[in-house]
Amino acid sequence: MSTTALRAASKGRLFEPKLIIGIVVVAVLLVISLFTGVYDIFGAQDGGEMFAITRIPRTIALVLAGAAMAMSGLVMQLLTQNRFVEPTTTGTTEWAGLGLLLVMIVNPGADLLTKMTFAILAAFIGTMVFFLFLRRVSLKASLTVPIVGIMLGSVVGAISTFIALQTDMLQSLGIWFAGSFTSILRGQYEVLWIVAIVAVAIFLVADRFTVAGLGEEIATNVGLNYKQVMFLGTGLIAIATGVVTVVVGNLPFLGLIVPNIVSMFRGDDLRGNLPWVVLLGVGIVTVCDLVGRTIIMPFEVPVSLILGVLGAVVFIALLLRQRRNG
Amino acid sequence: MITLENVHKKYSNDVAIGPVSISIPAGGITALVGPNGAGKSTLLTMVGRLMGIDEGTISISGFDVASTASKDLAKIVSILRQENHFVTRLTVRQLVGFGRFPHSKGRLSAADELIVSRSIDFLDLGALEARYLDELSGGQRQRAYVAMVLAQDTEYVLLDEPLNNLDMAHSVQMMAHLRRAAEELGRTIVIVLHDINFAGHYADHICAVKHGKVVEFGTPAEIMRDDVLTRVFETPVTVIDGPRGPLAVYY
Amino acid sequence: MAETTITAPRTTPKLRAGNRRSSGPLPSKKVGKRYWIVLSILIVLSLGFGFGLLAWDNPMPPGSRGFWLIAQMRASNVLVMLVVAFCQAIATVSFQTVTNNRIITPSIMGFESLYVAVQTAAVFLLGAAGVVAIQGVGQFVLQVLIMVALSVALYGWLLSGKYGNIQIMLLVGIIIGAGLGSVSTFMQRLLSPSEFDVLTARLFGSVANADPSYFPIAIPLCLLAGTGLILNARRLNVVSLGKETSINLGINHRREVMKTLLLVSILMAVSTALIGPMTFLGFLVATLAYQLADTYDHRYIFPVAVLTGFVILSGAYFIMKNLFYAQGVVSIIIEVIGGTVFLIFILRKGRL
Repeated sequence: MSTTALRAASKGRLFEPKLIIGIVVVAVLLVISLFTGVYDIFGAQDGGEMFAITRIPRTIALVLAGAAMAMSGLVMQLLTQNRFVEPTTTGTTEWAGLGLLLVMIVNPGADLLTKMTFAILAAFIGTMVFFLFLRRVSLKASLTVPIVGIMLGSVVGAISTFIALQTDMLQSLGIWFAGSFTSILRGQYEVLWIVAIVAVAIFLVADRFTVAGLGEEIATNVGLNYKQVMFLGTGLIAIATGVVTVVVGNLPFLGLIVPNIVSMFRGDDLRGNLPWVVLLGVGIVTVCDLVGRTIIMPFEVPVSLILGVLGAVVFIALLLRQRRNG
Repeated sequence: MITLENVHKKYSNDVAIGPVSISIPAGGITALVGPNGAGKSTLLTMVGRLMGIDEGTISISGFDVASTASKDLAKIVSILRQENHFVTRLTVRQLVGFGRFPHSKGRLSAADELIVSRSIDFLDLGALEARYLDELSGGQRQRAYVAMVLAQDTEYVLLDEPLNNLDMAHSVQMMAHLRRAAEELGRTIVIVLHDINFAGHYADHICAVKHGKVVEFGTPAEIMRDDVLTRVFETPVTVIDGPRGPLAVYY
Repeated sequence: MAETTITAPRTTPKLRAGNRRSSGPLPSKKVGKRYWIVLSILIVLSLGFGFGLLAWDNPMPPGSRGFWLIAQMRASNVLVMLVVAFCQAIATVSFQTVTNNRIITPSIMGFESLYVAVQTAAVFLLGAAGVVAIQGVGQFVLQVLIMVALSVALYGWLLSGKYGNIQIMLLVGIIIGAGLGSVSTFMQRLLSPSEFDVLTARLFGSVANADPSYFPIAIPLCLLAGTGLILNARRLNVVSLGKETSINLGINHRREVMKTLLLVSILMAVSTALIGPMTFLGFLVATLAYQLADTYDHRYIFPVAVLTGFVILSGAYFIMKNLFYAQGVVSIIIEVIGGTVFLIFILRKGRL
């Protein structure tokens, strides 16, 4: 089995009628998102302007962040061959937060780019630590992997908390971590477009991640540069997680539930599933954001709270399903 | 005697064990053979009450496996599975000492220690008894586990592929040890074997399993025949007269 | 029944000079000696730090009435440390044994998230003033009860029945914790900075959080649960060999696991409700205790673990208080050290 063979086998299924329906549904959700909010964009004089400053950026951010986190989860699952792995169950998010916190302490006035660079760097280191650990244990299918990942995340979280407490930034830390699209405005979200590049890159090399996930020996055997692919995968995950954490915040469990739900309905066809993962990722984030914006209007519930609770419920449902199937 | 009556276990729509009804006589070695995935290990695991059954009854020496208290069964039957993995660091002797737990409840008497010593010596582990398990080779570790189930001092000993990961010499040694345990200690040993020729040479009875059912049961002379083995393993098998008994050739 | 005793060994037992053949928990004289030396050192250190915390910097001359009065006041802190060390050490070691996994701690099983959620909800709903008002034995008992009841519900749900699976139970516990965490974070963000300060004080494990009025409930509870586990030590030894081996040896594995987890949840609930979250203390203590005791036998691991826990807690407090004048950050420093040990442990050992 080679990468080209894998690709050829599933190439024809990238687009199909059902996908069009999915796209339409998500598009409708996005339009609803554009017209939901406290500010009356039709009645007020500067309605059009507000629409351009807040609503459009917010909706674009939903698309980009949702797609990026869902795809990061998928890549992690491919690389580790473990269904229950994603940036929040491996500590990647916490590492990104730690990186961000360190920049804020050293240089409180740092610009967005510096903050992001450090968050990405920390996320990269953290993901590498996790992968290194995984290479030493041969329990890829085991449920122990996410347990260790979450432990790892809470270690990093404890270090962040310690630093934040010492520098009196604890409450701000909580606010940064809580993913929310409330503060997305024109001029502040544009860096999110970086994750669009990540998404395209994942589309191009996804098959290689599958092969790399089978292990260094098998990957080398079929002529894949294992280290390079792992490095690339880790880099893409780190960039996506780092950027999203800095601009939006933490989007817990998104990367876990989306690929799992997609493969529940469509089986494990990577290439055919990719567009669905993107769509469902965007769809779920948008729905959560809409719910967050409307349930206690005129206030907002951060999307991370809704995702955290919803994600936990779906995750537990998945676990119970796995339990029944042995 | 181990008796299985109408034993049934369903996994999914296409994987099921049973119905199995069979009596494994007391004494000697009974080998379970069959193709991969036939359900040999599963049957053994069910007899050893590590896995429940859906229907039917299994009894060992007249004790119903499902209703007899586990701690009483542990004095009649012992089972060793293929993979034994735990985090605790133990010496060989400490591991074998655990075999006495059903009798001593963890308080080893001098008599228990004596049985442990004999069990260790029986498997030629005397020189290794103070070593930690993680310092041993796979074959030595396998022998240590067997020593543990022998120290448990049960009439019935169930072993799931104990030759797995053993080389030629160690496999032969292990089978010789088990043969002696059956003859000198009077144990009834039920063993899952992969190699039909080992079964033909060392076992007293061979039980062939296929698609979750027992398809043949008999002495090696009855089973080690072209037609029987060809049917069981679904590949052409010719049995020839080797220097030390019948030899199945399947390549 | 079996009348087959091993007879007629082919090789006569080779008795090595000076070493009686024994399967005991301390396999050789060397290991035995090492164990007792370690235990003695831990006892000396415990007494040293314990007495140090009582007497150091005491303005009254030792032996005088005033000296003892001050010591008495400090004694409650030392007692808290003892209770917490006892709870965390025994709970974590037992928990790691029944889950057959040495890199997790019972505290990530939602105990702490639940504590944080309850505390945050109290501040959120009642405000800073209201919270101070509901301090007391009642809320302590209530917290313990909620934690134990919820964990029993979790174990009962996920460990019993045909599909009982301990890994899934662990993960579900952790995920519920994460979900609760999201809710707490949200409430925290709506608090005013002054309310948040009140809350922060409670969200970090601190010996100062414990109120001596909790003792009449906390101490008997943890003694009861702890004794239950200690008396069960021999069976825990067998459980540590894994599910199949322990069933083979006649242990009712599921009942043993459920019983142990129930007692663990009581210990964890008492410790958490007493001083607040200490996520990695248990992990640190258990990991060190296995290295120090170097035996499989829980009867020997437990005392080493409890003493190690007490030495870490009292030592950290003693040093931070008298050398750095910063006893407020003790728990966080223990957390960071414990977390670092965890990182080193998984990267070096990589063995579960």
